[in-house]
Amino acid sequence: MSEPSPSGPSEPSRPAEPRGDGRTSAVADLRLWFAPERMRAEGSTPDYRFSLANERTFLAWLRTAMALVGGGFAVDQFLPETGRPLRLALALTLLAGGAVCALRAISHWVRCERAMRRGEDLPMSRFPVALGLAVGVVALLMVIVAAFGWGG
Amino acid sequence: MPVGNGTHGSRTRDPGLQPERTRLAWRRTTLACAVAASLAGRQALYTGIEPGSLVVLALVVLVWLAFLALAHRRIRAMRASRPPALSPRAAAAAVACTLALAVLGAATLR
Repeated sequence: MSEPSPSGPSEPSRPAEPRGDGRTSAVADLRLWFAPERMRAEGSTPDYRFSLANERTFLAWLRTAMALVGGGFAVDQFLPETGRPLRLALALTLLAGGAVCALRAISHWVRCERAMRRGEDLPMSRFPVALGLAVGVVALLMVIVAAFGWGG
Repeated sequence: MPVGNGTHGSRTRDPGLQPERTRLAWRRTTLACAVAASLAGRQALYTGIEPGSLVVLALVVLVWLAFLALAHRRIRAMRASRPPALSPRAAAAAVACTLALAVLGAATLR
């Protein structure tokens, strides 16, 4: 955020958390996905611009997920000379990667939104590094496959 | 810091154009969804036109239309000068569209 915030995310009055900070079970996260009321019960509403920025980040991750899914189809359709096992493996890897990326997008969005409502630090994540490395490996594999025309 | 008045009477506009940027982000994502859906539809018809592949194609089109409706609703909400936060249900639905495309495509891999 480059512009100054008039009100800030919220006053840093950290509410008394009975469960201790940072302890958020995956099941509680999952329930938040479908329950806007539950989200509103947490802390106070942040500056709307922060929520919109979080939404755009979510959409960017969703586009990444869709690109991976589309890439999976592209591998299956545009590498016809590649052997079936290798082609299927690459396509399924990309499709699964897209699915994981989409699930992680909403999970991260929910956790960021809740952190902003509570006035906590935003969650850190290793996911971008992991995804970057995985995409790099898949890309390298595809270059090798395309360059050497492997029959698999 | 003067806040410029928009063209809509007395409504003040966010100088950072946050609603506009978010609206465009939804547009971009709809476009990305269209690309992924086109590839999924192509995937369904790759082996030939059969009843099964036509069903998959219809489902793919439905998924894209669902995403379009979702984006349209959210874009309409961006007309407010201080739009409310995205609802978790809408976010989950958008993710479900992506997952549906992946599953439909995986089902029609050669």
